[in-house]
Amino acid sequence: MSRDLSIKSVLVIGSGPIVIGQACEFDYSGTQACRILREEGIRVILINSNPATIMTDPEFADATYIEPITPEVIEKILAKERPDAVLATLGGQTALNAAMQLFERGSFEKYGTRLIGANIDAIKRGEDREVFKGIVEKIGGESSQSLICHSMQECLAAAQVLKYPVVVRPSFTMGGLGSGIAYNQDELELIAGAGLRHSPTTEVLLEESIIGWKEYELEVMRDHKDNVVIVCSIENLDPMGVHTGDSITVAPAMTLTDVEYQRLRDLSIAIIREVGVDTGGCNIQFAVNPTDGRIIVIEMNPRVSRSSALASKATGFPIAKIATKLAIGYTLDEIQNDITKSTPASFEPTLDYIVVKVPRFAFEKFPEADERLTTTMKSVGEAMAIGRSFPEALQKALRSVEKKGMSFAWESAGRDLSDLMSTINIPTEYRLQNVQRAMYLGASVEEIFARTKIDPWFLAHIEIINQKAKEISQAADLGGDLLREAKTLGFSDAQIASLRALTEFEVRAIRHRLNVRPVFKTVDTCAAEFEAHTPYHYSSYDQESEVRPRTKPAVFILGSGPNRIGQGVEFDYSCVHAAFALREAGYETIMINCNPETVSTDYDTSDRLYFEPLTLEDVLEVIAAESAAGPVLGVIAQLGGQTPLGLARGLLEAGVTILGTSPHAIDLAEDRGEFGKILAKSELKAPEFGMARSFDEAKVIAHGIGYPVLVRPSFVLGGRGMEIVYDDESLEEFIAKATEITPNHPVLIDRFLDDAIEIDVDALYDGVELFLAGVMEHIEEAGIHSGDSACVLPSFTLDATKIAEIRDATYKIASNVGVLGLINIQYAITRDGTLYVIEANPRASRTVPFVSKATGNPLAKAAALISTGRSIAQLRTEKILPLSGDGVANGVSVKEAVLPWNRFRRIDGTGVDSVLGPEMRSTGEVMGIASTFGQAYAKSQIAAFGPLPMQGSVFISLSDRDKEDALAPARALAELGFTLFTTAGTHDFLAKEGVTSKMVRKNSDTQGEGLSAVDIITSSMVDLVINTPLGRGSRHDGWLIRTASVQRAIPIITTIAGFKAAVEGIREMQSREFDIQSLQEWQSIEGAR
Amino acid sequence: MSKAYLVLDDGAIFEGQSWACLGETYGEAVFSTGMTGYQETLTDPSYHKQIVIMTAPHVGNTGMNKADMESKKIWVSGFAVRNPSPRPSNWRSEESLESALIDAGVVGIQGIDTRAITRHLRDRGSMRVGIFSDGQLSRDEMVIKVRQIPAMSGLFLASDVTTESKYVVSPPPGVPTSFTVAAIDLGIKSATPRHMSERGMQVHVFPMSASNEEIRAINPDGIFLSNGPGDPSTMDEMVELVRGFLADSIPVFGICFGHQILGRALGFTTYKLPFGHRGINQPVKNLQNGTVEITAHNHGFAVDAPVDANFTTVYGSGHVSHICLNDGVVEGLELLERPAFSVQYHPESAAGPHDAAYLFDHFAEMMSKEKVK
Repeated sequence: MSRDLSIKSVLVIGSGPIVIGQACEFDYSGTQACRILREEGIRVILINSNPATIMTDPEFADATYIEPITPEVIEKILAKERPDAVLATLGGQTALNAAMQLFERGSFEKYGTRLIGANIDAIKRGEDREVFKGIVEKIGGESSQSLICHSMQECLAAAQVLKYPVVVRPSFTMGGLGSGIAYNQDELELIAGAGLRHSPTTEVLLEESIIGWKEYELEVMRDHKDNVVIVCSIENLDPMGVHTGDSITVAPAMTLTDVEYQRLRDLSIAIIREVGVDTGGCNIQFAVNPTDGRIIVIEMNPRVSRSSALASKATGFPIAKIATKLAIGYTLDEIQNDITKSTPASFEPTLDYIVVKVPRFAFEKFPEADERLTTTMKSVGEAMAIGRSFPEALQKALRSVEKKGMSFAWESAGRDLSDLMSTINIPTEYRLQNVQRAMYLGASVEEIFARTKIDPWFLAHIEIINQKAKEISQAADLGGDLLREAKTLGFSDAQIASLRALTEFEVRAIRHRLNVRPVFKTVDTCAAEFEAHTPYHYSSYDQESEVRPRTKPAVFILGSGPNRIGQGVEFDYSCVHAAFALREAGYETIMINCNPETVSTDYDTSDRLYFEPLTLEDVLEVIAAESAAGPVLGVIAQLGGQTPLGLARGLLEAGVTILGTSPHAIDLAEDRGEFGKILAKSELKAPEFGMARSFDEAKVIAHGIGYPVLVRPSFVLGGRGMEIVYDDESLEEFIAKATEITPNHPVLIDRFLDDAIEIDVDALYDGVELFLAGVMEHIEEAGIHSGDSACVLPSFTLDATKIAEIRDATYKIASNVGVLGLINIQYAITRDGTLYVIEANPRASRTVPFVSKATGNPLAKAAALISTGRSIAQLRTEKILPLSGDGVANGVSVKEAVLPWNRFRRIDGTGVDSVLGPEMRSTGEVMGIASTFGQAYAKSQIAAFGPLPMQGSVFISLSDRDKEDALAPARALAELGFTLFTTAGTHDFLAKEGVTSKMVRKNSDTQGEGLSAVDIITSSMVDLVINTPLGRGSRHDGWLIRTASVQRAIPIITTIAGFKAAVEGIREMQSREFDIQSLQEWQSIEGAR
Repeated sequence: MSKAYLVLDDGAIFEGQSWACLGETYGEAVFSTGMTGYQETLTDPSYHKQIVIMTAPHVGNTGMNKADMESKKIWVSGFAVRNPSPRPSNWRSEESLESALIDAGVVGIQGIDTRAITRHLRDRGSMRVGIFSDGQLSRDEMVIKVRQIPAMSGLFLASDVTTESKYVVSPPPGVPTSFTVAAIDLGIKSATPRHMSERGMQVHVFPMSASNEEIRAINPDGIFLSNGPGDPSTMDEMVELVRGFLADSIPVFGICFGHQILGRALGFTTYKLPFGHRGINQPVKNLQNGTVEITAHNHGFAVDAPVDANFTTVYGSGHVSHICLNDGVVEGLELLERPAFSVQYHPESAAGPHDAAYLFDHFAEMMSKEKVK
C-alpha cells in the first residue's frame, strides 16, 4: 500500500513557546515532520507561535502561521487553507490538546479534514488515567493502586485508603505539571488543589507510592499494519519519585535481564495495540520493584515526546521523521534506515555505547523555589553524552551541562560524611555529586543504596571513578597507562589537573606527548552489524577511530549546549542556519553540540555531527581528528550564544582559526573598560558605570553615580545575578553573592536609567558595510531584562532621525569593535532623547530569529557567510539580503516572553513571586504579527498566556509612582465595559479622576471588612490582574496578589507599559475579529511593495 | 589483570586484558549485538566452538541465575567483552558472570574494542579466532596457532551437544496433554520444550543418535528439529530421517539448524553467510500476511531456496514463508500439501523478543489437523 495519495496538504500543529516540560525537542520533531511532508510533495501548513524555532522559518512550510495555538485560530486556518489532514502528534501536549479541542468543537468534520498520526479515541484511552488503568489490567499488566478524584473531598477520602505518602497526578497536563508527592494532609491539600486547577478536566489521580522503585521507559512505534518496534529502552538513574525529565537517565536499560526486559517489551506492545495508537510513536513508563521485580505500568504518552527526541539521538533512529511517514500511510518495512541505507526501519536499534542524559536546572534564578526534585518537572534543559562505558558517558554528560559543581570533584567541599549522608535521601540538583563525595569519604554502595535507592550497579561505577581519582592523585607520575585508564572512565583534563595540582593545559600537553588521544566512533543503530553512511560521531578512549577522510574545506559550528534560561532554541536556530548556508556554499559543515533536544544535533543537519561536550578539551580533540581527515577553514563561534563564545579565546590560543568576529573583538565588547574607550572614541554615551572587585570599591562607585544602580557580574548571559540596588545594604548583599558566581571577573555597577525606553538592535557588519536588520523597542521600561521584556518591531516611538542616530551609533560600534558577522546592541533613550549604549554583544542574539521572521531576512545565514569572507554587497546581489537599504518589518511584530512561575513553589508550598526584574527568567517566547500594534500585542498575549478578557472584571493595584501613568488605560478599561476592582489607594486616586471602581481590602489589612484582594482572585471573580510592584518580598500584598493569580492561571500584568499595551489589545479585539496571515503572505506583500 | 590478545586468522590482533580463566582458547569468531541476554547466549548449545564477541558495552550487569539457563552449561569457547560488570545487580542474580565463566573454564578477554572487531568481521566475514591471556607466545606464533584450528564449514558438532539420553518435558500443571512431540536434540535450548509444553505438547527430547524406530515408537503427533551448532551439510543421516517423516506426512517443525535440515530434506542446499545473523533485533517479514516480526537470530549458514515463487519438491509444492528484511536471506520454509514448516530464527526467543511465539501455536494447529485426518 504505502503512501496515502489522498493527502495533498497537511496542517502541522507546533508546540508554542518553550516552557519547562516542553522545550525545543518539539522544534526538532516538528521540523522533521515539515521536511518529510515536503519531500513527499505535500503542501505543508504550519501553526506555531514560537518565532525562535527552525520549523517556523518560511522555507520549512508552504504557509507558516505564527499565530496563537488556539482552536479558534486553527479553525481560521482550516477555513482558509482547507488541509486534507492535520498532524498533531509532533507538537507535544500543546498540539495534542489543541487537536482534542478541535475534535470536541467538530472542527475536523466542519472543515472536511481529518486527524492523522493518532485517533481521538486512542488519545483519550492513553491519557485518561482511569481508562488507561483498565487497559493495563486487561492486557495482564499491573497499575499502582489508585483512585480518581474530582474534588478535594474525594482526594482526602482516597488518601485514607491509599495511605500516605500518595502521588498526585492531574489528568491531561504535560511535564507532570501540578503533580507531586504528598506525605500528609496539608501537603495533599496544596498539591491536589493545584492539580485540580491545572487539569483541564478538573481531575487528579491519587496513587499508592512506589517511590524508590527502578524506573524505565520504552519508546515504541507502530504502523497501520500493526508492526511494532521498540526503538529504545531508557533506565532512570534516579529511581521513582523524580520526574523523568529531571532524572539522570541511561540508555539502554542496564540492570534488567532479557527475561525482564522482554516482559516490559511485551507489555508495551500489548498496551500500544489495546490503546489503539494506529501509527506513530509513543512512550510507556514502568516502575520495577528492585527487591522482587514486580512491574507497575505508570503511564503512556500517545505522541512523540521529550524522551522520543532523546531516544532518536541516542539510537540514530529518527522517531519524528518515521512517525510522520507512518502518518501518511507508509509502513515500517517500507521506510529505509537512513544510516545503513540498506536495511529497513522495521527493526530495533541496538547500541554498542552508553548514553547518559543529565538535566540542567535553573534554581539559581529562582532563589525562593523549593529545590527538591519531585514528580513535577523543574529542569530547563538537558545535555546528553555518549561513551563506550557508563562512567565515560556519565562524566562526559556531567561536564556537558556546563555548570559549576556538576563534574565530580575530589577536593574537600567543606562537608563531612554525616552531613552528606543526611542530605542525599532527598533528590536535588546535586544529589549525585553528593553521593560521589560521600562515597569518596568512605560510604559504601550498600549505605548509599539504602538512602537513595540508586541501583548498586550505578553506584559501583561511581566507586570505580573515585578509586581512579585516588590513584591519580597518589601516583608518582602521570604515566600513559594511568592517563588512558582515567580517560576511559571519562575524566577530563581539568579533573585530572585538579587532582595533580597541575593546569588543564599541562595535563593536555602530557597526554598529547604520551599519545593518549580519543578515537571517534559512530552512532549507527546496529552496533556495526551494517555499514553506516551517516557520520554521527562521539569520542571515546578506545582503539579504532572511524573518521573518514574528506576533501572539501570544513567549517566547525559550535552549538549552544543544554538549554538554559538565557540560552535556548534561538541559538540553535542560528547554528542550524549557518550549517544550511555553509553547506550550500560548498563547505563541509561539522556540528559540535551536546543538546539532544535540538535540530542542530539531527544527523542530517550538518555534513558531520559530533555529539560532544562543549569544553575546550573536547572541542580541540574533534578539531584535531577532523584536521587529520581533510582541510579545515575554521570555527564559527558567534552563533551559539555564550557557550562557544567562551571557548573562542582558548581555541585561538591553541592555533584554531576563528571565523568572523575575532576573540579579540569579543573581548573588546565584553570588557567594560575597553568598551568604554570605544564608546568614547565613537562619541557615544553609556550610563555612568564602574567596576569593583570589593564592596568598598563598589560603594565608592555607587555613591559617585548615585542610587539606584544596576549591578551585575561581568561575562554572564541572561542577566544572571543582575539586580537593581537602592542602598548600601543591598549592595553589600549583592557583592557577597556575585563574587561567588564568577570569580576572576569584577562586578559592574551602572547608573540605572529610570523611565528610559529600551531599544534592541540586531545588525550585520562585514568590515565595510552595516546592515541594520532590526530596531526593536521594548514594551516594558528599562530595568526589566530584555529577554523577559515584550518588544515590538518596528519601534512605535522612534522617528527617522532617531533611527538614523541609532544606525550611526551601531555602525561606529561594529566597526570599532571589529565585528565580522552579527552584533546586538542594547540602547536606552531617556525622556530627554539622549541615546545611551547599554551593552554590545558581537554575536548572534536571542532576537535573531524574531527579527529574521519579522523582516524576512535570514540573518544567521548571512552572518555565517560573512564569517567565511562574503560581503554584504555580495549577499545583496545573491538575494540573501535586500538589494538596498536596511531590514524592513512586514506588518507589526510583537515578541512576548513566557515565564515559568507556575512550575516553582517555595518550600512551604506557596508560590514564587512573579514580578519581572533585571535578571532573565523566561524560558521561551512567542510572536504576534498583525497590521496594527494592538492586534499584534493581543496575539502575543493570547499565545503566551491565553486570551485577554473581552469583558468582565479587572483587579488593579498600583504602586504610588505608577498611578499617574495608569490613569489612561484604567479609564479606557472602564469605557470598554469592564468592572474595576481596586485597593484603597488606587481606588481613591481613580475616584478623584472620575473613574469608578469597587474597593476591596488589602490582605495586610486584617481588620478590614469584606472581600480581600486575594479572595476575589482565588474565587475567580476577576479576569485580569494589574499589579505593579512596590518591591520584591513575601511581606508585600503584591506578592500575595501575584502568586494567587499565577496559581489561578489568571493573566497578570506587572508593568504600566504592559497594562497600556493590553488595553490597546483588548480594544482592538473588541472592535474586530483578528485576521491571520502566513509569513509567506506577509513577505510577498512586502516584496510587491 | 594481565594483557590478553584476541587473534584472528587473517592476522589481526586486538589487545585487551585477561578476564575469567587465563589461558588459550580457539573457535569461530562471531559477534552478537543483543543488549540483553548474555546468559542465554552463553548457555545456548548453538555457540559450541564459537568465541562470542559482545557488542553491548557492559556485560554481566545482572549476574547469572539458574532460571535463565538455556542448557546445563556454558557452551561458548571464549567470551570477549569491553566492560565486565564490577558487580551483579539484580534481584534474581545468584552468581557473578565472571565466577560462572571461571567455573566453566571459559577463557575471556575484556577491555577490548569490540566494535572494531565487529567491524572487522562484518567487512571480512567470520573467521577463526583465538584468545591468549597467558602471555607466552609471540604475535606470529599466536596467528599460526589460530590458523591450525579447523574452520566452521564442514564441522559436525551436533553430537557434542545432544542429550545423552531421552527425557520428557510434560505440560505444566493445569494444561492438558494434547500432543506427543518427538524433539530431536541437535543443541536444543530449554525454552523450546517449555514453549511446546505450555501448548499441551508432551515433548520427548531424543538424542540425535535416536533411530527412526525409537522415535516412531512413541507414536509422535509431530517431529521437532532443534537448533544446534555446526555445518548443516554434514547432517546427511538426519536429512534422510526427516525425509521418512515427510513421506509419511508426520508434521515436522524445524528451527535454525533444524530448518536447514528440513531445507536439505526438501532438496535445497545450504551455504555459509559472510558473517551470519546474530542478535535479537532482526526484522523478518512474514510473506503470507506482510507483517514484520522482530526476532532472535543465531545462524552462520542459510538455505538457498527461491523466494519469488512457489517451489516444487518430491513432497509437493512449497514456498519461502519468511525472509530477513536486512538482506533477503530465506528465514522460513513451508510445504503446502504436507504438514511441514521451519524457520531459520528462534521463536523460543531466549534471549530476544517474543514476536514469533505464534509459530508454536501454528505447530499445534498443524498437528490437530493431521489428527483429524
